[in-house]
Amino acid sequence: MKLYWHYVMLHLKSLWQYKTSTLLLLLGQFLVAFNLFLGMWFLFQRFHQVADFILEEVVLCFSIVLLQFSLAEMFGRGFDSFPILINKGELDRMMVRPKSLMLQVLGAKFEISRIGRILQALITFLAVYQTIPWDWGFLEYLTLFFMLVGGSAVFMGMFILYASFCFFTIEGLEFFNIFTDGAREFGSYPLAIYGRRILQFTTVVIPYALTQYYPLLLLTHKTDQKWFALLPLVAMLFLVPCIAFWCFGVHHYRSSGS
Amino acid sequence: MIQVEHLSKSFQIRKRQAGLKSSLRSFFVGKSENIQALDDLSFTIETGEIVGMIGPNGAGKSTTIKILSGILVPDSGTCTVLQYCPWKSRKEYVKKIGVVLGQRSQLFWDVPVEDTYGLLKDLYDLSPHEYLDSLQELIQMLSLKELLPVPVRQLSLGQRMRCEIAAALLHRPQILFLDEPTIGLDAISKTAVRRFIRELNQRRSTTVILTTHDMKDIESLSTRILLVGKGKLLLDGSLEELRHRFGHIKEVSFRTAEPIILPKGAKILEQTEYRTRLRLDLKSCSLNQLLLQLSQNGGIEDLAVEENSIEEIVAQLYQQYNII
Repeated sequence: MKLYWHYVMLHLKSLWQYKTSTLLLLLGQFLVAFNLFLGMWFLFQRFHQVADFILEEVVLCFSIVLLQFSLAEMFGRGFDSFPILINKGELDRMMVRPKSLMLQVLGAKFEISRIGRILQALITFLAVYQTIPWDWGFLEYLTLFFMLVGGSAVFMGMFILYASFCFFTIEGLEFFNIFTDGAREFGSYPLAIYGRRILQFTTVVIPYALTQYYPLLLLTHKTDQKWFALLPLVAMLFLVPCIAFWCFGVHHYRSSGS
Repeated sequence: MIQVEHLSKSFQIRKRQAGLKSSLRSFFVGKSENIQALDDLSFTIETGEIVGMIGPNGAGKSTTIKILSGILVPDSGTCTVLQYCPWKSRKEYVKKIGVVLGQRSQLFWDVPVEDTYGLLKDLYDLSPHEYLDSLQELIQMLSLKELLPVPVRQLSLGQRMRCEIAAALLHRPQILFLDEPTIGLDAISKTAVRRFIRELNQRRSTTVILTTHDMKDIESLSTRILLVGKGKLLLDGSLEELRHRFGHIKEVSFRTAEPIILPKGAKILEQTEYRTRLRLDLKSCSLNQLLLQLSQNGGIEDLAVEENSIEEIVAQLYQQYNII
């Protein structure tokens, strides 16, 4: 952990060399995310609800998913840009160091510009928080926390999965973005609005719904199933197959070369 | 210390022609070709040796280094380094070795060199005492003092290589692998790097294995040469042995007034109207014979006899083994 912070500090220091550029990046990220929000806002000017969700609920969902995604991306950027690491031979370098590869990949990149997005998500969240009509107690706050942790973990799992595929081929992996960036966009709305199939898929296969739809029901008092609060933690199990596949990928790389 | 037995390794390379059409086709019917990178390679290296690996591009030098440093796993064969199997107990093993990949930097581009060193200290779990000790020694040996606070992007290639080598040695490895450490450096930096490697070897008796294309590296460093070609070990011996083996070959250049007829055993390297440079094999034609023939032919105006240079010896070796 100490080592990871050391990496982060180094990245911050590097960025500090280009102050203006970093600030502009932050601003850019902020504006991009704001765009999404505006789109949603205009939609609700015409329609007052999507499925049975009102504006506040959707905005709540949007800000939480954005926060999940940006956190995962900020820390897990190394996996997201993994093909570059392989091409530049960074991976070989990591293998001759006595620490776990995952930690080193995590440390290889730290995307500070995502703070722009995180800020955006936080502001949106706080704004909608002022207007929510539901009373939140300890359970709701705990659920919220679990959602952030679990959601980031699922996104992180997807990044790791993506990186693992890079061991086998680096062509045609763009389709993967459907499940990461795509999930962020889709996930701005509660996943149930896309129909039963999608909800099933995102419950069982890639458990986005466990970190978004079900606990959201609890947050918005649409259900009284208290155990929904724990679902985001269940979703974290998704990391297990992802990491297993990663190890398999490393094994393949070592026996087949780059 | 290093024992390599019957190492083999092949890569699959997907083949396709240039162009969109064929690249689309190859997506569906991938034609792959097997390339034998290493073919039954065996050698042993003792503690404190400096071993130079030479061979043309694609001979398998880098693959060997990668296997020895635990990055790649061979298809077959065994390899024991310091009682470890490099690819099995990676984490413990790599603490004992240092690796410099000449064409790839491990320093953080935008921050001062010492910041990267600080990170390495944590990566290798060095105590502050060990770290400072080792750093002081390297600063002195490589004269790094002025370089440490400079961001890496502002260093020259030679300066960066010195920092790069120091980075690989902070944890005081017993073995140092250098993959083309002098590539692209100017003469002065090359000399500095060589001098340092020699000093390191004498002081800490670090075993050094390097690959290079620069024969001067070999001349000034290695006591031993491994010649690799097409994945096979073609020659394992000292520089002296190599010289001895090819010592009967001299290079003679001369100028004559008249055109001449050459004796057997002489091979022309270069010829203008009256000036000739040739390679002479003393086994089939002695110098005496050549001179006799030359003076009979017409007056010699100028003559120089040179020892075959190591570069040429290697070029001949490549030719002899047919590996280019």
